[in-house]
Amino acid sequence: MTTPHPIQIRHLRKVFDDKVAVADLTLTVERGEVFGFLGPNGAGKTTAVKMLLGLIAPTSGDGSLFGVPLGDPRGRAQVGFLPEHFRFHDWLRATEFLQLHADLYRMPRDVARRRIQELLDRVGLHAHARKRLSAFSKGMLQRIGLAQALLNDPDLVFFDEPTSGLDPVGRRLVRDLIRDLRERDKTVFLNSHLLSEVEITCDRVAFINHGEVVHTSSLQAGPEAPLVGGRLTVQIRARPRDGWQACPNGHWDAIVGGLARWDASVRAEQEQIWLTVDGEADLPEVARYLIDHDVDIYALSPQRMSLEDLFMQLVGTESEE
Amino acid sequence: MATWVIARLTFREAVQRKIALGALLLGIVFLGVYGAGLYFIRQELAREAQGANALVTNQIYNFLALSGLYVVNFLFVMMAVLTSVDTIAGEVASGRIHTLASKPLRRWEILVGKWVGFVVMLSLYLLLMGGGVGGIARAVTGYRVPNLLRGLGLIWLNGILLLNVTMLGGTRLSTLANGVLVFATFGVAFVGGWVEQIGSFLDSEAAVTLGIVSSLLMPSEALWKRAAYEMRSLVVDTTGFSPFTSGSSIPSALMIGYAALYALIALGAAVWSLERRDL
Repeated sequence: MTTPHPIQIRHLRKVFDDKVAVADLTLTVERGEVFGFLGPNGAGKTTAVKMLLGLIAPTSGDGSLFGVPLGDPRGRAQVGFLPEHFRFHDWLRATEFLQLHADLYRMPRDVARRRIQELLDRVGLHAHARKRLSAFSKGMLQRIGLAQALLNDPDLVFFDEPTSGLDPVGRRLVRDLIRDLRERDKTVFLNSHLLSEVEITCDRVAFINHGEVVHTSSLQAGPEAPLVGGRLTVQIRARPRDGWQACPNGHWDAIVGGLARWDASVRAEQEQIWLTVDGEADLPEVARYLIDHDVDIYALSPQRMSLEDLFMQLVGTESEE
Repeated sequence: MATWVIARLTFREAVQRKIALGALLLGIVFLGVYGAGLYFIRQELAREAQGANALVTNQIYNFLALSGLYVVNFLFVMMAVLTSVDTIAGEVASGRIHTLASKPLRRWEILVGKWVGFVVMLSLYLLLMGGGVGGIARAVTGYRVPNLLRGLGLIWLNGILLLNVTMLGGTRLSTLANGVLVFATFGVAFVGGWVEQIGSFLDSEAAVTLGIVSSLLMPSEALWKRAAYEMRSLVVDTTGFSPFTSGSSIPSALMIGYAALYALIALGAAVWSLERRDL
């Protein structure tokens, strides 16, 4: 028997009055996956997460958490959530606050007590267990929020901008927590616009813009794999076999010009050539072409497009509007 | 059950807010002043009206008790509205509700939990204040307010009615808009109640009708008038006139049933409304 996917949504759409927040969202997140949900501010990331958690009712479309339809509380029994702007009744003490949430998960008291101590240690708030949340700094609140999200040892955790308000040590903590979760085959849904964070932690990312997934990429396949489904930029270092002196004027330019069949905008500076091809499959062809033209290849390195480059390519500069 | 968890949280939050502390201190000061006032009045009566008509003494004490309970009714209603006006609206606005509502529970459990928390807190307050006025009257003057429990029950229903309406408003309106709306309807009922009473005194049918309509809109003043009627003195009973209730303007049992139903529907509508709103 196959277990249901932690997250599965089909054609999810949300319209507020006349503003389309999420246009058409279809995606599946697998068990044990760290899934990054990227997009500019206002792209619909938080609205999408809120629909998944039953905080907002979709205008149309449907979905499920562990096979339980969205909106049904049973689907949230094995879910943890750290909201973007984490706020809570700040007159509670740290342990009281966590105990309250443990009660809402219906955790037995002794189990909860042990788990709370464990988590306070884990997020580095052990010394502040008796302090009221009103005395907490922004970073400490974010940490107690993280503990709250992990209280029930959830199989699926939603982090909405988890590193906002955290110093580098805190950001490291978030990364470590996510790594722990992955090692224990838990699923993480990470909403973020901090691309470097996502690049380090996620297995797969979806780019969302104007409430639609514009691109999905795997980040698992190793540094050589092209990030963008199609195009791949390669940097080539090559020289004429008989040296530059023996190479007639214009001959090298002609050879480089021949690469235009793969990329019309190919450019070269002496022995450095930059070329963007349709995919990895073109690389042997390019090499063969160069060798056939008596060119020695010293390096042919596919350039990994950074998440940031990809983001800019997909979203462009419109998010600055 | 999640409802109890939320109820406990709401109760603890309500009792430690400054407004609750203020209402408590104010209430205690009031009870103190009230007790002292009663004591001096009793002494005066004992000195000046030796062998005076027991009926008159009885009427004076009844009037003083009802005046005290009038203040209690007012404080209780204020407390009901002011402690709950921010509860849903504020938590939605601040985002505090997100961590709660994303837990494996139903929205009604949140709303009913909050309601239970407020009801417990308010009931304790009424018990202290209403019981205080009745108890002090008894202790200082020996006067026993007739039907005190029934009267306090009606005052209780009055507070719960406004609590429920405030909670309903809070599921859709901002804190400020909700507060303004609830006090405005409360004000209409208050004025309407007096219009009805004076109209009844002057035999103006139109004024009485206006009062009834305002009571249907918000039956809070009707509940107080009925409470005062229940706790009336012998004199009022025979003459049919008092500053608190008079003649044909006494709200009927039907009106009390209407108020109870009103409160119940408001609570149900609050649940319905919260279940359907985006957070």
